[in-house]
Amino acid sequence: MTDFSQSLALIAAEELLTVVGLVLLLAAAWMGDKSSRLISIVAVAALVACAFIAAPALCGGLMGPERVAFSGQYTADAFSAFAKLLIYASGIASLIVAPRFFDRVGAMRAEYPILVLFAVLGMNMMVSATDFLSLYIGLELNSLAAYVLASFLRDDERSAEAGLKYFVLGALASGIILFGMSLTYGFTGSTNFAAVALAMDGTLATGALVGLIFVLAGLAFKISAVPFHMWTPDVYEGAPTPVTTFFATAPKVAALALTMRVALGAFGTQVDAWQQIVIFVSLASIVVGALGAIGQSNIKRLLAYSSINNVGFLLIGLAAATQEGASAMLVYLAIYVAMSVAGFVVVLLLRDAEGRPVEAIADMAGLSRTRPALAWALAAVMFSLAGIPPLFGFWGKFVVFQAAVNADLVALAAIGIAASVIGAFYYLKVVKIVFFDEPANVVARDGESGVDALAHKVVLLIASLFISPLGYLLTPWLGDLADKASAALYFAG
Amino acid sequence: MDGFPILSLMLLVPLVGAAICFFVPAQTARMVALVATLVDLALGVVLWASYDIGGAQWQFVERAELFAGFSYALGIDGIALMLIMLSVFLMPICIGASWNSVTKRVGEYMAAFLMMETLMIGVFAAQDLFLFYIFFEAGLIPMYLIIGIWGGDNRIYASYKFFLYTLIGSVLMLIAMFWMVREAGTTDIPTLMATDFPAGAQNWLWLAFFASFAVKMPMWPVHTWLPDAHVQAPTAGSVILAGVLLKMGGYGFIRFSLPMFPEASANLAWVVFTMSMIAVVYTSLVALVQHDMKKLIAYSSVAHMAIVCMALFSFNVQGLEGSMIVMLSHGLVSGALFLAVGVIYDRLHTREIDRYGGLAINMPKYSLFFLLFTMASIGLPGTSGFVGEFLSLAGVYQISSWVALIGTTGIILGAAYMLYLYRRVAFGEQKNADAAAMPDLDKREWAMMLPLAAAVLWMGVYPESFLAPMRADIEWLDQRLEAAAPAGDAHLSEPNPEAAAEHHGEEAAAEGGSHQ
Repeated sequence: MTDFSQSLALIAAEELLTVVGLVLLLAAAWMGDKSSRLISIVAVAALVACAFIAAPALCGGLMGPERVAFSGQYTADAFSAFAKLLIYASGIASLIVAPRFFDRVGAMRAEYPILVLFAVLGMNMMVSATDFLSLYIGLELNSLAAYVLASFLRDDERSAEAGLKYFVLGALASGIILFGMSLTYGFTGSTNFAAVALAMDGTLATGALVGLIFVLAGLAFKISAVPFHMWTPDVYEGAPTPVTTFFATAPKVAALALTMRVALGAFGTQVDAWQQIVIFVSLASIVVGALGAIGQSNIKRLLAYSSINNVGFLLIGLAAATQEGASAMLVYLAIYVAMSVAGFVVVLLLRDAEGRPVEAIADMAGLSRTRPALAWALAAVMFSLAGIPPLFGFWGKFVVFQAAVNADLVALAAIGIAASVIGAFYYLKVVKIVFFDEPANVVARDGESGVDALAHKVVLLIASLFISPLGYLLTPWLGDLADKASAALYFAG
Repeated sequence: MDGFPILSLMLLVPLVGAAICFFVPAQTARMVALVATLVDLALGVVLWASYDIGGAQWQFVERAELFAGFSYALGIDGIALMLIMLSVFLMPICIGASWNSVTKRVGEYMAAFLMMETLMIGVFAAQDLFLFYIFFEAGLIPMYLIIGIWGGDNRIYASYKFFLYTLIGSVLMLIAMFWMVREAGTTDIPTLMATDFPAGAQNWLWLAFFASFAVKMPMWPVHTWLPDAHVQAPTAGSVILAGVLLKMGGYGFIRFSLPMFPEASANLAWVVFTMSMIAVVYTSLVALVQHDMKKLIAYSSVAHMAIVCMALFSFNVQGLEGSMIVMLSHGLVSGALFLAVGVIYDRLHTREIDRYGGLAINMPKYSLFFLLFTMASIGLPGTSGFVGEFLSLAGVYQISSWVALIGTTGIILGAAYMLYLYRRVAFGEQKNADAAAMPDLDKREWAMMLPLAAAVLWMGVYPESFLAPMRADIEWLDQRLEAAAPAGDAHLSEPNPEAAAEHHGEEAAAEGGSHQ
């Protein structure tokens, strides 16, 4: 255990985000929306600084009591650092791509970067929480910022609808989690993960089991796993695309990291109780995500179903309930973030002659002849999401399924991977429309020049290089970091 | 050649060529592709020339620990060498076949073909289980694009079918691979080939691999993607598909299924035999009634690959050698036949057999080549087809006379549909004026046909050149299979040589006596 000053030192990144967020809020109030670009730049700089603060914990594989702050409420170990780095990267990407999108409708407000910062702060707390109370505070801080972000285009009906839907269903899920937490507390006598794990060892009281199920159900909502996935396509479609980019990446990382810490940490002594639930949820997510995507005509809805599908694959790593499985999930998450960012940046770059965003898949027909670079990037994302080697998306599936087989879940692995073929169908459909069909000539031939367009292309280039076959050269490094992070998770658990 | 990474170089040359092709205009892309494939062919010749027959089992070995979980390990034995030679030999011909017929998006087309070449060589040269899988699966992407972008009318259906069929076959294999690696603790293919997996698990593993290779091969009843893919693919796509991609299935059996799971192979050989027997007869009959030339040749491919399957599971040296020679021969012959179809398709833009006729009159040189390849497909002595099919069926006969009997009917039916095709296209009267006006082969077409014809005759007359590098590897495999090999059904009554000699001697004496 650490004293108060050491605790404060451990949460340096969170403090930085809080202070910068509040200062920027004041700046926005005084300087108005003209300052939005400056505020975005400061926000990006703050996230980069946070990344530098978090990186040593990961590279050093730090764990143990000296990384625990505030009497077991919070830990700044390698596991949380891994998740935080992914969250910062997603946050930076969605800040960079925002101005060009919002400027077109004159909706670039100074609040956007600040809300992203607060959401990131909430996610930081989620991934670092080692107590149900700090978990809940982080979850709510993130969710409240996210509800506002979803309805950020105030005069757009779809955006407002997305925000409302997200809010109502999100509040319900939070209630479910809270109910589960209170049951867990009632039957174990503690909210601390380690203490809960200790108290649950041995026979599981029915009340505690119900608590466990409720907590996991609420978390399944947050990671948009079947059967709590219904909100995802609507919110992804309705929210402004930069916000969708954010939703598809950062909160997913945070919620999955949180789920891992709760399942393997707090409920780590009752693996048998939740393993079957996770197996069901993962297979259901894979199948529903794949089947649901087939009929979609909007690329954002398709990517939403794709994210449900991917969560299913990620949960296979959790079902393994081993350190290898946790490590595999982290590798998959890193690759998933890169794939999603690349996918959404491509969508953001698609605009018609008048600069309106193009979202209908049919309008992308023949893109390979009008915008070849963009078409190849999109094809790479699609094949990568489908898990076809040599693209890097395959590696994520590879490690996850390997972990499942090594945990003696051969049947789960076989069924899961066979179901991934269903998913391949709709990814192929996108490639078919982009490459095989006659050009629809909806997408404007060349994007405008300027800093913003260049920034999009740089983000896309980085993400595409990561998911290209060159990504395999990173596997030793990525695997090493994920191993350190999962070792920290297991140490704490 | 010690230490020089020639296999990596062979992978790299087409890859660099592919990268260049993306960015250059059409004519330059054609040249780049041709040069890259010819350089690879030259490297392949060097590879063959410096391959030490009777030397180490694995040669040109390279290894680098670049990745987590698996390594970049390359190396070849004689079997892989021959299949790599087939790939690099067919590639320049494919580029030549697309020289004039592909006019849209030439750069991307050439890039896709060069990527295919890298991946094909990678499949045969990979010495790491997962590296093999990556190369094996990655071939789906360029082939999907080749069929889908440059294919015929129904290309989209065909490309989906090709992709999804092969994908579902392969993913189960991946799970089996995970299990094997966990059991054996290594991803090294040569080590795994000598690992004895528990007999109970072997059947499951074998079935998972079978799911993948049977689709690739393709075996009845999962062959239905092949006719669609072939008919819709551009000529060069068909050549590569028939010439090399199908061989990946056979290579998979000989490299993985047989040496890694010998007991399961013996237990489940009946599955292979049943499916192959049905395939030989059924697809040959289907080929007989086709109106579309490419479809006919596609079905004949299924029939030929069924003979390969039978021979692979005959558990003796003749069968294994025969299957390899049929694979090589079929690679050349079916490639050549698709090319021959492509030549007249380029002129008349139809694959309907009825639209041609009497081509021997206005295209005598073409008809000569077409005849040679038709005969090679039938298995006429002197051509490569005869050597392979004879060895294969001789091998199969040792294990099951019934399978050999039905397999042989495939050859008779093969003669029927091929000769019938040839008669309708090349002989008879010139009933279509436009077909009668077609010019004979030009220089480019000569340059594509001649090497294929030479290779077919070489393999038919002196197969030793091709068998010699593989002999030691096939013997190794035969020894590996020996313990598991099932008994044949021929129940030979063991003759007593001495008694026979005496008996013979008496007879001779009696004959001699009677003559006196």
